[in-house]
Amino acid sequence: MYAQMVDTGQSRLAGLAELSPEERAFQSRIDADVKIEPRDDMPEAYRRTLIRQIQQHAHSEVVGMLPEGNWITRAPSLQRKATLMAKVQDEAGHGLYLYCAAETLGVSRDRMIEDLHAGKVRYSSIFNYPTLTWADIGTIGWLVDGAAIMNQIPLCRCSFGPYARAMIRVCKEESFHQRQGFDILMTLCRGTAAQKAMAQDALDRWWWPSLMMFGPPDAESVHSAQSARWKIKLLSNDELRQRFVDQTVPQADYLGLTMPDPELRWNDARGHYDFGEIDWQEFHEVLKGHGPCNHDRMATRIKAWEDGAWVREAALAHAAKRAARQREAA
Amino acid sequence: MTTTGRCAPATDALVFDYLLRLADSDIVLAQRLGEWVGKGPVLEEDIAQTNVGLDLLGQGRLWLAYAGEVEARIAPRGRDENELAFLRDGSEYRNLLLVEQPNGSYADTLARQFLYDHWHLLALDALTCSRDERIAAIAAKAVKEVRYHVERSSGWIVRLGDGTEQSHERMQRAIDALWMYTGEMFAADATEEALAAAGIAAGVTLLREPWRKAVGGVLADATLALPADGWMQGAHGRGGRQGAHSEHLGHLLAVMQSLPRSMPDARW
Repeated sequence: MYAQMVDTGQSRLAGLAELSPEERAFQSRIDADVKIEPRDDMPEAYRRTLIRQIQQHAHSEVVGMLPEGNWITRAPSLQRKATLMAKVQDEAGHGLYLYCAAETLGVSRDRMIEDLHAGKVRYSSIFNYPTLTWADIGTIGWLVDGAAIMNQIPLCRCSFGPYARAMIRVCKEESFHQRQGFDILMTLCRGTAAQKAMAQDALDRWWWPSLMMFGPPDAESVHSAQSARWKIKLLSNDELRQRFVDQTVPQADYLGLTMPDPELRWNDARGHYDFGEIDWQEFHEVLKGHGPCNHDRMATRIKAWEDGAWVREAALAHAAKRAARQREAA
Repeated sequence: MTTTGRCAPATDALVFDYLLRLADSDIVLAQRLGEWVGKGPVLEEDIAQTNVGLDLLGQGRLWLAYAGEVEARIAPRGRDENELAFLRDGSEYRNLLLVEQPNGSYADTLARQFLYDHWHLLALDALTCSRDERIAAIAAKAVKEVRYHVERSSGWIVRLGDGTEQSHERMQRAIDALWMYTGEMFAADATEEALAAAGIAAGVTLLREPWRKAVGGVLADATLALPADGWMQGAHGRGGRQGAHSEHLGHLLAVMQSLPRSMPDARW
């Protein structure tokens, strides 16, 4: 997802008997669905895990501006240009309030950005794939935002108050983005043969990376159990992935597009679609930095940050001067 | 001009040209701001600057829509906003030279914005009294947005001018380099003179002094020097508004128009 394979710092789930009295008290609040707020006592591991999870999410929003921003200058109509600009702007907003939510846990935004640039923190694997045609913009809205919503709707009920509240707002906007993406694809699929081919090509390239967004299979997801107990992960990777496939296949049918998976078929007994094996090697390589755009994405972010350093310094210097003048005048 | 708010047919051609001038500066500057998205110096600025770009794009679309309607009175048919934006060549674009200048550093981008915003506010303010009711209505909507643009860009000029030594120097250089494009904003050609006389267009020559006063005031607060007026690009009857552009516009349009032009049968 936007936060994939979040390290909880725990290699196994501790038995309740192993918890300290404070940890047990904390767990009982979680079990009673009490929202944890920034000033509340919380186990250090919970705090650190949330910082990792929320900042991964924030970084994903910010890095995610780049593949879509790639098409703002080439959007094929003024209406589409305006919609795309507004969408990417929304993502900056999501990044901003997620950074703020993480800051309530005692880490600064600058520090999080430094950690991202140093390669210490990840962002979602999906943003390391290139946007090659206009259809990719529709497909990102449809699949990537669709997958994000699938993951984030449950997070609106997560145990940490600021994150849960941020998710409520994010989800509303993401739903809008998803509809916009689908609308782009509907227009393409009802358009010329070349436009429809463009849409099919985009689906062929984005389908499998979208499924990877949900993270590794549950059996290999070593940190999930602890996150589930803390209610910062409410559904498992495989559950969410299955829901996403079930939701998306009929939409592809509606568009008249073919899913790039010969093993995809409805399983009456399970009441779900069966689908083919995901190339987990590709997933892990992308996470390690070997995706098609990892290098470019980071280079662009680092350049923007470094190029903007003098602007940020000047703004601080000016604020300090003004404050000094006001003190003198007082 | 008649009492119904419609121009006489003879002036429709002039009004069409004038509407393109208003539209194109907005569209071209919005395109430039779109290049920044995701690469700003700080997230808050990414949001704020994109807002300005969205406002300009929205205003440009309103001007283009009206231009298409006016065109329908003088041509077999009026083009829609996308035909006007994506299928006109550079020489048919009517924007100010200032707005097509490349983004450069954040100082260059803000200087361009600041010089344009102050002109834009004065021009729109004058247009709220246009005898063409549609022009007056669009201007009345746009002027509210542009008041904020002026506030934002002026704030940044002061912050960077009166920030660090480095930011001061960069800001001054940016203002100095763009100054030669400011004369064009106040040079009325025959089209604008005729429309201003008819009470339809803003009389831009009258805007020069209030603009200098406003811009000069902000530059003083920013501890920046008001540049001396030298030769002004495009201010002598042959500039952006007459379709004579800098080299930069062609590249901007090549990117912006690539998709609709490569697939002319498609709808998007």
